[in-house]
Amino acid sequence: MQAKKRYLILLSAGACVLLLSFLGGLQLPAARSRQDRSRTGHRPDQPWPHFSDPLHPFVPWDHTDTEEYNVHVSPRQKRDVNTSVYKGRRCRMDSCFDFSVCQRTGFKVYVYPQQKGDKISESYQNILATIEGSRFYTSDPGQACLFVLSLDTLDRDQLSPQYVHNLKTKVQNLPLWNDGRNHLIFNLYSGTWPDYTEDLGFDIGQAMLAKASISTENFRPNFDVSIPLFSKEHPRTGGERGFLRYNSIPPFRKYMLVFKGKRYLTGIGSDTRNALYHVHNAEDVVLLTTCKHGKDWQKHKDARCDKDNAEYDKYDYKEMLHNSTFCLVPRGRRLGSFRFLEALQAACVPVMLSNGWELPFSEIIDWNTAAVIGDERLLLQIPTTVRSIHQDKILSLRQQTQFLWEAYFSSVEKIVLTTLEIIQDRVLEHSSRSSLMWNSHPGGLFALPQYSGYLGDFPFFYATLGIKPHPKFTAVIHAVSPLVSQSQPILKLLVAVAKSQYCAQIIVLWNCDKALPAKHRWPATSVPVIVIEGENKVMSSRFLPYETIVTDAVLSLDEDTVLSTTEVDFAFTVWQSFPERIVGYPARSHFWDSNKERWGYTSKWTNDYSMVLTGAAIYHRYYHYLYTNYLPSSLKNMVDQLANCEDILMNFLVSAVTKLPPIKVTQKKQYKETMMGQSSRASRWADPDHFAQRQTCMNKFASWFGAMPLVHSQMRLDPVLFKDQVSILRKKYRDIERL
Amino acid sequence: MYTSGKYSSRGPALIPRMKTKHRIYYITLFSVVLLGLIATGMFQFWPHSIESTADWTLDKRSVHDAPLIRLPVSSPIPERGDLSCRMHTCFDVYRCGYNPKNRIKVYIYPLQRFVDELGVPISSTGLSREYNDLLSAISDSDFYTDDVTRACLFIPSIDVLNQNSLRIRETAQALAMLPRWDKGMNHLLFNMLPGGPPDYNTALDVPRDRALLAGGGFSTWTYRQGYDVSIPVYSPLSADVEQPEKQPGPRRYFILSSQTAIHREYRAELERLKEENGEALLLLDKCSNLSQGAASARKRCYKGQVYDYPQILQESSFCVVLRGARLGQAALSDVLQAGCVPVILADSYILPFSEVLDWKRASVVIPEEKLSEMYTILKSIPHRQVEEMQRQAHWFWEAYFSSMKAIGLTTLQIINDRIYPYAARTYEQWNNPPVVKWSSVNSPLFLPLIPPRAPGFTAVVLTYDRVESLFRVITEISKVPSLAKLLVVWNNQNKSPPEESLWPKIGVPLKVVRTKENKLSNRFFPYDEIETEAVLAIDDDIIMLTSDELQFGYEYFNYLYTYKMPGDIKNWVDAHMNCEDIAMNFLVANITGKAPIKVTPRKKFKCPECTAIDGLSLDQTHMVERSECINKFASVFGTMPLKVVEHRADPVLYKDDFPEKLKSFPNIGSL
Repeated sequence: MQAKKRYLILLSAGACVLLLSFLGGLQLPAARSRQDRSRTGHRPDQPWPHFSDPLHPFVPWDHTDTEEYNVHVSPRQKRDVNTSVYKGRRCRMDSCFDFSVCQRTGFKVYVYPQQKGDKISESYQNILATIEGSRFYTSDPGQACLFVLSLDTLDRDQLSPQYVHNLKTKVQNLPLWNDGRNHLIFNLYSGTWPDYTEDLGFDIGQAMLAKASISTENFRPNFDVSIPLFSKEHPRTGGERGFLRYNSIPPFRKYMLVFKGKRYLTGIGSDTRNALYHVHNAEDVVLLTTCKHGKDWQKHKDARCDKDNAEYDKYDYKEMLHNSTFCLVPRGRRLGSFRFLEALQAACVPVMLSNGWELPFSEIIDWNTAAVIGDERLLLQIPTTVRSIHQDKILSLRQQTQFLWEAYFSSVEKIVLTTLEIIQDRVLEHSSRSSLMWNSHPGGLFALPQYSGYLGDFPFFYATLGIKPHPKFTAVIHAVSPLVSQSQPILKLLVAVAKSQYCAQIIVLWNCDKALPAKHRWPATSVPVIVIEGENKVMSSRFLPYETIVTDAVLSLDEDTVLSTTEVDFAFTVWQSFPERIVGYPARSHFWDSNKERWGYTSKWTNDYSMVLTGAAIYHRYYHYLYTNYLPSSLKNMVDQLANCEDILMNFLVSAVTKLPPIKVTQKKQYKETMMGQSSRASRWADPDHFAQRQTCMNKFASWFGAMPLVHSQMRLDPVLFKDQVSILRKKYRDIERL
Repeated sequence: MYTSGKYSSRGPALIPRMKTKHRIYYITLFSVVLLGLIATGMFQFWPHSIESTADWTLDKRSVHDAPLIRLPVSSPIPERGDLSCRMHTCFDVYRCGYNPKNRIKVYIYPLQRFVDELGVPISSTGLSREYNDLLSAISDSDFYTDDVTRACLFIPSIDVLNQNSLRIRETAQALAMLPRWDKGMNHLLFNMLPGGPPDYNTALDVPRDRALLAGGGFSTWTYRQGYDVSIPVYSPLSADVEQPEKQPGPRRYFILSSQTAIHREYRAELERLKEENGEALLLLDKCSNLSQGAASARKRCYKGQVYDYPQILQESSFCVVLRGARLGQAALSDVLQAGCVPVILADSYILPFSEVLDWKRASVVIPEEKLSEMYTILKSIPHRQVEEMQRQAHWFWEAYFSSMKAIGLTTLQIINDRIYPYAARTYEQWNNPPVVKWSSVNSPLFLPLIPPRAPGFTAVVLTYDRVESLFRVITEISKVPSLAKLLVVWNNQNKSPPEESLWPKIGVPLKVVRTKENKLSNRFFPYDEIETEAVLAIDDDIIMLTSDELQFGYEYFNYLYTYKMPGDIKNWVDAHMNCEDIAMNFLVANITGKAPIKVTPRKKFKCPECTAIDGLSLDQTHMVERSECINKFASVFGTMPLKVVEHRADPVLYKDDFPEKLKSFPNIGSL
């Protein structure tokens, strides 16, 4: 027994020792760290200590603002001093740009008339043609805010065949030159072998530069514009779409990182490409260089050349481009290279290795969302860096490359218009785009800040802002025939629409030659009916951004449209889910007529559609603004003269913006009284020329947009229980079932 | 562990020989150990406050204890800042190196007091309260390192916040004496009030070699874009004055001007605006009858009427921030705090943190020349935009202006983003206030892509053991032209899938995946076999599918289901063998902010003969449980992301009176 007790005591003692050592062990590191801290407390380099003494504020109370300023020189004089001091390389909008002209007439651009005998490259022709075709163009230099030379300044490489000589004197002799003030000079290449300076070879005075491959040292922030380097073959309008057709998950492709290009061996910009072989692993990182370029490459050839050249020939550039997650874009002789746009279009996330390159449109584009900005000095870390990027991020980078490519880079027109819009944003500073508008779909060229500064007024940002569109709509009825009888379709329509629970107001656009009917002729409705006399009674006036439209949604109606209240209600609930698209009833389709080599228009019942006509459709009121202000007057005039095609043009516009098809709701196809054969009034729909005109319109519009923006859809949206074999009482939209 | 084992194993051998004195010996040992245990326990679990106070008193030191350094007259002076400096030319990136956390390490020099040969200090204030706050905030942050050899960025403890209190030449000499100065490489200086009379330069006049400058009041001519950081001028009032946050909305005054030192030309212009627009404008000035000092900074007057500053700022929609002698104004901070939209009239001014903050959403910038048109310009702004700007302004203050800590850490984060651009904070992270962050939806698939016809979709069939029904489903689906691949998820661990020869012959690749556990979540596992973007997920008892009916999920959401779904939902689903489909819907709705799309009128999905007991959906409690799911998921997501819509997608010619053979999908609706 005794022994047992002792044994017990011994055991518990042992357990206690164990516990003690355990707790002590826990305690020890803590104690040690505390000790460390207190020891370092006496060393000079410790965390910032807590000082016990009262410290002075950095600015004394009574000095919060300096008194001297009140006796100082007039701020106006000070501004004038700035303008005289900051010239040349220190030019800024404040010192080298004259805002006064722009304020008087708005942002207008003048292009000097071309002189006979001036040789102008195709690329520069494209730039000038774009400006002349844009809504900014003016032919009157007195109205102009910005001037663009007709002298080709794109290629300032003296060794190039495109080089224009005597530019200095030609420029100085220009009558409106005014030391380059308010002038914009486009340039792609400057300087030549061996130093490739960024000097253009003539005095640009106070002119702004829109230049490719510009370095941050020479770039004058908020004054110059960095543009991408584009090739001679870059299309003038339209342009190819990005290559990304679908997203793949996980987003990794066959290769991680690729590059294929020249190696320079010596001289400026050669270091980075010469070092690429260190990173090449012939598996998922494939970086290929060749020494074979120029006439005498054999002379400079180094020990690695033959091996590199052999490896270079093993891979196909296109294949790599399309099958790689990342594409390396190292600097060449100049900072920018064609690889950049190629990678962007191919949805291969560019990995920039070009220290000091001011990236294209850096003023507005947040490149961190679409590219990986590497550092030439850290080339060896690049593989580790790109591998560390999470797949979610890759997915988003990849999609952003496609967005940016299509929004700003795919054609010369987009590059030039983006340049002009950037400058316009500087000129009209208080109504300029926020970074969000530039960097998210549909991009700055389609989101015009003059419409509204509030993002919630646009159809594109509801999700980003976490808000919903206005829960009501405004109906706009386009009236062209006089009011004669009380059974006219327009009156029935008015009553049906007014009964909709979502209707806020009805606007009757009176585009009829007859005088406005008396107020009492309109039926009494619960919502206000506003009658507006159409401006010049032309077709385009139905898409004017009327101030009276206060809701986000517009229900556009022809006077002879037949719609029931339920149909209106249902269409509106659908639109709330798709506020950036056209949602409506009459669907039409386009097709490519390969015999006639042109676009065809069809109103036949087909399995798909690409347009929803605005005779009965709901869309966002922003498209009224865009129609009126974005489209060129040539197209609008055509519509007005034909008194036709305005609905097609609207569909072209909206699809060009959204890149998505419109949405047809429910089965209804016949929505016109005339088509139902009840009346044979001289409707424009009955005109035999009508249809042929619409074919012509389609082709004219497609050529202006540079491509066919319309997209086909096979989907139609019906109420959930539509035509289902359940009791009619369970259905919310009963009337829609009865045709 | 090891020692005690040895001890007890030796025990039995000792006991028989044990005597009384041994017993005492053991008891003493035991009590000593017990006491030790108690003492340790006490020490371990005693409230830690005592220790930290001890630490605190230890650290609590006086600035006067800092070592005194005498600067010789001939001590070298750094060069003036180089305007062409950029990160790739003047910053040594090798010091930062690659690190998995993508975070720069910042070292703070210990405090020293610099005096010239006569013993006069280089600065009239010495270490200011604000600079002290800034440095201690940095030293408490993740950026801090006390290892000078591992640091990427160095911050001198020489206070240059206010140039007025500095002796320029001597300060420069002091900087050059820092042990790691090395031409100012990787050094960061904080300055809020640059320049001095009479010309008030817009950047710190102290020569500083290549050091980075975080400066308040840069102009476009002195700011080295991508190198310097523009910071706000801190307003000490914000720390002093507690103000309740005011909700955005219309306010009593339209425009308010509260600055005291406005140039008389501009004041005259403001007076003219006031005459034209009357009550909408409030034009405040210093109170002439009050004595100078802290109290007067808190009062403003208009025609003898006294207003409390900065409280009055909350009463106005727009607040004018005019340039003074300097471009940067502390008033900007007060104005933002009040949620008043700043109207900034300071030509060529680089707005604080403009590298990352989108000021167009929080302020109105008007050229000084257009001061007279201010009223018209502001009136043209839609009132909903004004509200958004008010909210944004207050959020900017709260996140980036409110304390020296906020200013300091934001500056470091901006530099950090430049060094690790691929891990940089996004525009949304910088600019969206928390309210918006919660309610906004950024779909991960944001590009408007029309699904191409070529890649087709992958059908994923989840099955347990109903082989017969499964085969019928497979045969039926295989008739769909767009089917690219069929994946059968065999969810039964006890039974092997049938022999390969028994499977129906179909034209597309068929893969069988065996799972380790019978879990419903297996359906949404992102199998490597899924190569298409679209996924058709179906149960094995759905045989009434005609081949035209397709229901699309996205492969991406499969991936999200496994990796992004809040953890407990996934476990819940697996435990209850139900609701995996509802969970998927929640997730998709939460990520895209959109409702799913129902395709065509099919509602009955189950085959009549599948009324076997193992059919999941037939369980009596099934419906009840599913309602429970919805409530449970809604609470986990914090909101109800599901949206109700009243539409469904049908083929264009659905139910039309039209020859069936001309329709693309004639089989739909043949119920």
